[in-house]
Amino acid sequence: MTIVTDSPTPTKASPASLAHARPRPGSPAAPQPTAPAATAPAANGAQAPVAPQQVTGAQSLVLSLEAIGVDTVFGIPGGAILPAYDPLMDSTKVRHILVRHEQGAGHAAEGYAAATGKIGVCMATSGPGATNLVTPIADAYMDSVPIVAITGQVPSASIGTDAFQEADIRGITMPITKHNYLVTNPDEIPRAIAEAFHIAGTGRPGPVLVDISKDALVGQTTFSWPPQIDLPGYRPVARPHGKQIREAARLMAAAERPIFYIGGGVIRAHASDQLRELVELTQIPLVTTLMARGAVPDSHPLHLGMPGMHGSVAAVTGLQKSDLIIALGARFDDRVTGQLSTFAPHAKVIHADIDPAEISKNRVADVPIVGDCKDVITDLIDAIKADHAAHGRPAYQAWQDTVADWKATYPVGYTPAEEGLSPQYVIERIGALSGPEATYVAGVGQHQMWAAQFVEYSRPNSWINSGGLGTMGFSVPAAMGAKVAEPHRTVWAIDGDGCFQMTNQELATCVINDIPIKVAVINNSSLGMVRQWQTLFYNERYSNTDLHTSHNSVRIPDFVKLADAYGCAGLRVEAPGDVDAAIQQALAINDRPVVIDFVVQRDAMVWPMVPAGVSNDKILIARGGAPLWERED
Amino acid sequence: MPKHTLSVLVENKPGVLARIAALFSRRGFNIDSLAVGPTEHSDVSRMTVVVDVEELPLEQVTKQLNKLVEVLKIVELEPPSSVQRQIVLVKVRADATNRSHIVETAELFRGKVVDVATDSLTIEITGKMEKVQAMLAVLEPFGIKELVQSGVVAVGRGPRSITDRALRSA
Repeated sequence: MTIVTDSPTPTKASPASLAHARPRPGSPAAPQPTAPAATAPAANGAQAPVAPQQVTGAQSLVLSLEAIGVDTVFGIPGGAILPAYDPLMDSTKVRHILVRHEQGAGHAAEGYAAATGKIGVCMATSGPGATNLVTPIADAYMDSVPIVAITGQVPSASIGTDAFQEADIRGITMPITKHNYLVTNPDEIPRAIAEAFHIAGTGRPGPVLVDISKDALVGQTTFSWPPQIDLPGYRPVARPHGKQIREAARLMAAAERPIFYIGGGVIRAHASDQLRELVELTQIPLVTTLMARGAVPDSHPLHLGMPGMHGSVAAVTGLQKSDLIIALGARFDDRVTGQLSTFAPHAKVIHADIDPAEISKNRVADVPIVGDCKDVITDLIDAIKADHAAHGRPAYQAWQDTVADWKATYPVGYTPAEEGLSPQYVIERIGALSGPEATYVAGVGQHQMWAAQFVEYSRPNSWINSGGLGTMGFSVPAAMGAKVAEPHRTVWAIDGDGCFQMTNQELATCVINDIPIKVAVINNSSLGMVRQWQTLFYNERYSNTDLHTSHNSVRIPDFVKLADAYGCAGLRVEAPGDVDAAIQQALAINDRPVVIDFVVQRDAMVWPMVPAGVSNDKILIARGGAPLWERED
Repeated sequence: MPKHTLSVLVENKPGVLARIAALFSRRGFNIDSLAVGPTEHSDVSRMTVVVDVEELPLEQVTKQLNKLVEVLKIVELEPPSSVQRQIVLVKVRADATNRSHIVETAELFRGKVVDVATDSLTIEITGKMEKVQAMLAVLEPFGIKELVQSGVVAVGRGPRSITDRALRSA
């Protein structure tokens, strides 16, 4: 393209300043690259210019990954991607971890990225290998996780002929990637890889797929680094607008019942420190969504908990009754707003997001702010300080008292089971004994909600889950990826018996590659969340939700034996008195993964709950139990 | 719902049309009319998309389109300040008795007869959507055997060029 490469624009991110790039742990203390604009990004830290050399496309791919600083690739070889695996074998910089299912590779790349902010990488062959990546790619798209997926494709001459293991993965992933490529010319490999990492990691992070035909991998080419990046239509917004920031500060000063609605964007932007400063400065109460748990410590007195379908009464009601919502990196998801038309009816909205398309998508914003959360918050702090200096500090005392009262009156809790083990208790003890420095990775369902509610978070990136797509089976492979990214941390996969059976094959990967994760199977022998809905909305008709993994049933499979078969330590806990000892034992085992089969009572339900499609005013704290509101409410 | 005409400048790369069409359908928007072609810059294509949407959803679809990496620029062209045209080829049943009548009708709309057979006439007409629809309504009673119409193409009035500006400061 001749039309743009020479048009420096203020909004075009300098690749060397990738927002989420962090030096690799353990990498030599190389100076931060200061490459000029329009060269390749330093995705994961390292980058050095490489003089032209004659190589195959496959070598060019591996050299590109090395040059961009990739240290880990999760994948499985196969026919079309085979040429890439040969030079990969010789790479001393890139560790390839052979997974057992491509979905595991994708979720592992997500876990790796979500734990650190670095870009996760997965690799698969054409056809079924590539289609098995579709779920994790969609998951990463929904939760804005930066990953790059590299797939082999049949030779370019065969594309379109329904060749063996051919699938149009570029077409298939168009609606679930930030961008994707089909590369059929070996000369284009370095640029495609560099652009893919640049796009995945800048702006709103997300998945990028690079599909490379076999002939491009086999063909001869010249490799040099960095390549010229050519993305005239890609302009992630950088700085928030000063006028909008001042307008936001003014609204915050004028509000009587303001509330921060904190979303996952704060985590992705590594803006937790700034956010904490903003909260201290303003003394405005806050809620953290499922994607933002840990952005502000749960112990903070102004923290009202998680909003949404299974949010705390204080958080849900705080949003409902507020007169100003300051949404930072959140997207007014239906699981948060409930019935949109009745959501926070009296609130004005300040909505800051790096993606302009999120603003006013669901709820119209009174003050839209487009920008990276870290910049937005930093600028807000300055504007508010100026406002305080000029007009004094606004007092929200009455509002602070009101929300504190809700928080004290309606804490998120549970009634311990009269018989057997309460799942909430198990999860609470895992959090208490493992502490805030551990990483907690959940699957999807009841155990996910309990893990969001009953582990006390105080560190960003310590909570990893599948929020938007709700992908059962996310936990084990994502925990594996998180453990690879941060081997020094304790990483718990808090999983359900349904989820665990979808992806537990990656325990083999963990054992073989020395990735000692800890898996807590919250085993209620059911697809528990579906069962809860059947209890509440389908007259207790339990259609196809019994999994027969415990509870007056056969244990198919027996999770302890399964753990043993994989070479993991397997434990079973059925009584409350044994919980702590088992967790301590698991924490002490670090030479192999541990699986604890926590056989829990199956009728436990996730509370509070706002039934789907109704107003958040109808929040229930237990079956048939709604909070008692003050008369004037 | 009001019709909106969007001019979308895109990189001339394989798959761009599929991306844009898929985005419209995924976000639940119906495309009324679509025309794609090259521009004066060989590496830039231009799409003219007519959609039936209200103001807010239009803003949403424009933002979503802007997120596509290969989309360079989007401009909404308002009917009063732009020229909008489409072309229609219509094959009408015609015999010796009514042929001259049909030709006259076509001429009223500045249509051109581009093909004649013993029992049919093919007429070409270019114009605004309303004019095209008006002529088709008049031809209807004669019997329309076949009809093909292009998407609308549109350009802003006056000396300014959206492609120029797109290329200067994308």
